[in-house]
Amino acid sequence: MSSPFQQSLHDRRLAAPLIEQIHESAGRISRTVRIMEVCGTHTVAIRRSGVHSLMPQNMLLLSGPGCPVCVTPTAYIDNALSLLHDSRVTIVSFGDMLKVPGSDGKNLAAYMGAGRVRIVYSPAELTSIARGSSGPVVFLAIGFETTIPTVAAAYLHARRAGVDNLFLYTAFKTVPPALHALLDSPDRNLDGFLLPGHVSVIIGEHPYRFLENTGGVPGVITGFEPLDLLRGIAALVKQIERGEQRVENAYRRAVRPEGNPKAREISRQLLEPSDALWRGFGTIPASGLSLRADYMDADARLHFSLPDLRNIEPAGCSCAQVLQGRVRPIDCPLFANACTPESPVGPCMVSSEGTCAASFRYGDTPL
Amino acid sequence: MKLPERIILEHGSGGALSRQLTEQLIYPVLKNEHYTELNDATAFHSSGRTLITTDTYVVDPPFFPGGDIGTLGVFGTCNDLAVCAARPRYLTMGLVLEEGFAIADLRRALESVREAAKRAEVRVISGDTKVVPSGKGGGIYMNTTGVGEALGEHILSSGNIRGGDAVLISGPVGSHGLAILAAREELKIGSALRSDCAPLFPLCEALYDLGGDLRFMRDATRGGAAAVLNETVSASEKYGLEIVETDFPITGAVAAAADLLGLNPLEIANEGVFIAVVADAAADRAVARLRAFDIGAKACRIGTVGERWPGKVILETAVGGKRILDLPRGLLLPRIC
Repeated sequence: MSSPFQQSLHDRRLAAPLIEQIHESAGRISRTVRIMEVCGTHTVAIRRSGVHSLMPQNMLLLSGPGCPVCVTPTAYIDNALSLLHDSRVTIVSFGDMLKVPGSDGKNLAAYMGAGRVRIVYSPAELTSIARGSSGPVVFLAIGFETTIPTVAAAYLHARRAGVDNLFLYTAFKTVPPALHALLDSPDRNLDGFLLPGHVSVIIGEHPYRFLENTGGVPGVITGFEPLDLLRGIAALVKQIERGEQRVENAYRRAVRPEGNPKAREISRQLLEPSDALWRGFGTIPASGLSLRADYMDADARLHFSLPDLRNIEPAGCSCAQVLQGRVRPIDCPLFANACTPESPVGPCMVSSEGTCAASFRYGDTPL
Repeated sequence: MKLPERIILEHGSGGALSRQLTEQLIYPVLKNEHYTELNDATAFHSSGRTLITTDTYVVDPPFFPGGDIGTLGVFGTCNDLAVCAARPRYLTMGLVLEEGFAIADLRRALESVREAAKRAEVRVISGDTKVVPSGKGGGIYMNTTGVGEALGEHILSSGNIRGGDAVLISGPVGSHGLAILAAREELKIGSALRSDCAPLFPLCEALYDLGGDLRFMRDATRGGAAAVLNETVSASEKYGLEIVETDFPITGAVAAAADLLGLNPLEIANEGVFIAVVADAAADRAVARLRAFDIGAKACRIGTVGERWPGKVILETAVGGKRILDLPRGLLLPRIC
């Protein structure tokens, strides 16, 4: 809340008419309105700002598959842990990934003290870490369109600088194919998507256009401040009320229709689309990005002959259903009992962007 | 024999150099009528109920805008007594120094202890110094144990709170933690950030005069206001707190820096702010008493004790929504005090 502009995005006098509009639209829909926020940052922002508590009784805000840590299969963690059997290997990762339990309950964080596993806040640190290490350095390359260009740029920089001991274990994901999978699901029960603001900064509006086809649902690109969220939800509910299914941009101050072609070009130099396994969904065609043929020598999966991924869920864990918006965190029998942020069972309770962690911290509707 | 420029291992040996450090530096700076000789223990007199507390300071960096480990070591421990309605009287001080620590910095920290003790009206009456090898310590660590005299028979406790009671805060939140972070990371945003490190006893004493209407006080150090508010009701099966986010006093510098760093000012450590729960009818009087002090000038009511959400702190957000204000989780900012 630094500048008057920032403050205005929290201003309840500006929020009031939007909240009223949401209630009016929802009031004219005589059933439960089911809206999915696809992005983990939205999940947290909606609950931290209390926006979830301002919604009408007949509206359900469901979290989707937009937390990168959450949609990464357990078998990926198992494979990463297996890399540590080679005493020369160092693993580098974003912090959230390290506390996710593998299938035997162990996690990567346990190896931080010994220096075998290191956290980076920015992939720009990869070059210096690889240079400072005598053995292979493996970066756990997970993330969506927002993160991918930075990782690609950092890797390409390291390679140009002559670093030859840096490997990427890619499990990148892209959002539009996951939306496709949600739409195609035979028992789908969704009225519309709040589309991710940060991802859209990179990909723009066009990749969502398939939502406008027959059988689609409306989607609104939405920002992260309370007023952004209310504006996005208001636009979405209005479309649902009118039976429309347009892709709308309610975050124009950050998202251009064409996105950021430069960032996409950097990703394209290094990566190409591939099928990817999502926790909760199974394999979604062309929903991942893998290294191009020219860079195969840096692929940790090939270099270390890591087994293919398959989905194995911890006993009793509902993360798979939570990620598809079928089960709310509070309906999972483990929630706040066997599964807490200090002692998580599934990834949705680990990640700071996870749905279960957000519900645990900020409370769920109805509060 | 002249003191060297830096601490060496022998300063902790118990031999001649230990004695030299004590006699040439520590005593001259800190001596008072109780603390004059190399005795193993010091006698003091106390009347009525006596309270004791201890706290250890590992702040990094040890010198920061608005204070240093010396001011923190005195005020921090005195504040723990003050919020328990005790007048701070005596302190002991244990130092753990790292080989190579500059004697000039030690002198500076000790002078801060002396000045802070004068301001807080306490006496340092016993001490100890140890030295650890270079690379095995963080420059300077300090432990202080504080002894205080109870202000009266009324014992403050979160068990005293009742439905409808007012929750007050004594001043703007978030400046200590952010000042430390800015100093440590050499963030350019830090120029306007100063630690709020200050003695709270005078404010606490002013509220204690309210008698039974004062239920509970707690200084909002590590974990910030969020942690203290949760502590107040987490054990209660009957009461919760309803807190209003926009009622918290907060400086522009803190708001801007916290926003930039993605931190919540309510979760950031303070060293000169406390939370008090008072009877609703006494709230205005209590706020007026706090505002009579410079550091209490922004004191205000931030919420109410309610019965709707037992054991929980519910925050009304700026936009008018409601959510849980949970205990801060994860390692927020290590070595903040």
